[in-house]
Amino acid sequence: MVDRSFLGRTSEPLTLSVEAGHIRRFVEALGEPSPIYTSEQAARAAGYPRIPAPPTFATALRPNDVRAGMGIDMRKVLHGEQEYEYRRPLYAGDTLTLVQRVADIYEKSGRSGAMDFLVLETTATDEKGEVVFVARANIVVKR
Amino acid sequence: MTRPRWDELGEGFELPPLQKPPIERIQLVKYAGASGDFNRIHVEEDYARAAGYKSVFAHGMLVMGFLGQLVGDFSGGPAGILKISCRFRAITWPGDVITCRGRVSKKEAATQTVELSVQAVNQDGTVVADGTATVRLPKA
Repeated sequence: MVDRSFLGRTSEPLTLSVEAGHIRRFVEALGEPSPIYTSEQAARAAGYPRIPAPPTFATALRPNDVRAGMGIDMRKVLHGEQEYEYRRPLYAGDTLTLVQRVADIYEKSGRSGAMDFLVLETTATDEKGEVVFVARANIVVKR
Repeated sequence: MTRPRWDELGEGFELPPLQKPPIERIQLVKYAGASGDFNRIHVEEDYARAAGYKSVFAHGMLVMGFLGQLVGDFSGGPAGILKISCRFRAITWPGDVITCRGRVSKKEAATQTVELSVQAVNQDGTVVADGTATVRLPKA
């Protein structure tokens, strides 16, 4: 069972840059063929100032894991839900600071007994201090 | 890349379905590397079996990435995508063929946005993930 005292815990902020090569590897893994994610020229022709990242690329920008030291067995973890709220698109060349927070911890009983739920919220802020995206993950921990 | 106009779309409009090639194990390795999700359950056969699964299986986020492709094809890339969310319903195994579908479920005049209901279905018709996306579109 996940200790409720971890509620509100935040990760050490991590600053990193969004790289065009990283976006390219990500869309290759997805099998996403749109040229706007790999070609500066195609991106500009589609009205983007630089190469944008596809809508789920935020997952590849990993904050320091707030779960570290919480004693969670990764074999018992399932990803239940995921949400991204974008204030603007992500672009190659962006520098972002990521902080992850334990936004909620609760338990629920299902067919296979009680399970723990964690809501992890990651906020990405750019160099101007403006929020670029907020990601919310619902993580299920089987007992 | 053309963007649909808010005025032209009606509730119930269906996006062209997106059928992805069968999931390959090497794709899971590539996705692990590109996304930074190195949970061994998606790439190590022995580890997945020891955890009680018949084999390795896809990251839920890979399937959400397919839904992102569906939405991006509709919206002309990520520019108008304000929100995308999904719930993971069933496991996607190597060899599975995922088809993504979506339709306009709501129109909001004040924000010039549409809400899309999206789902990813496997070859047996099982919904493996479903969710919503909010997309802002040019008016006319």
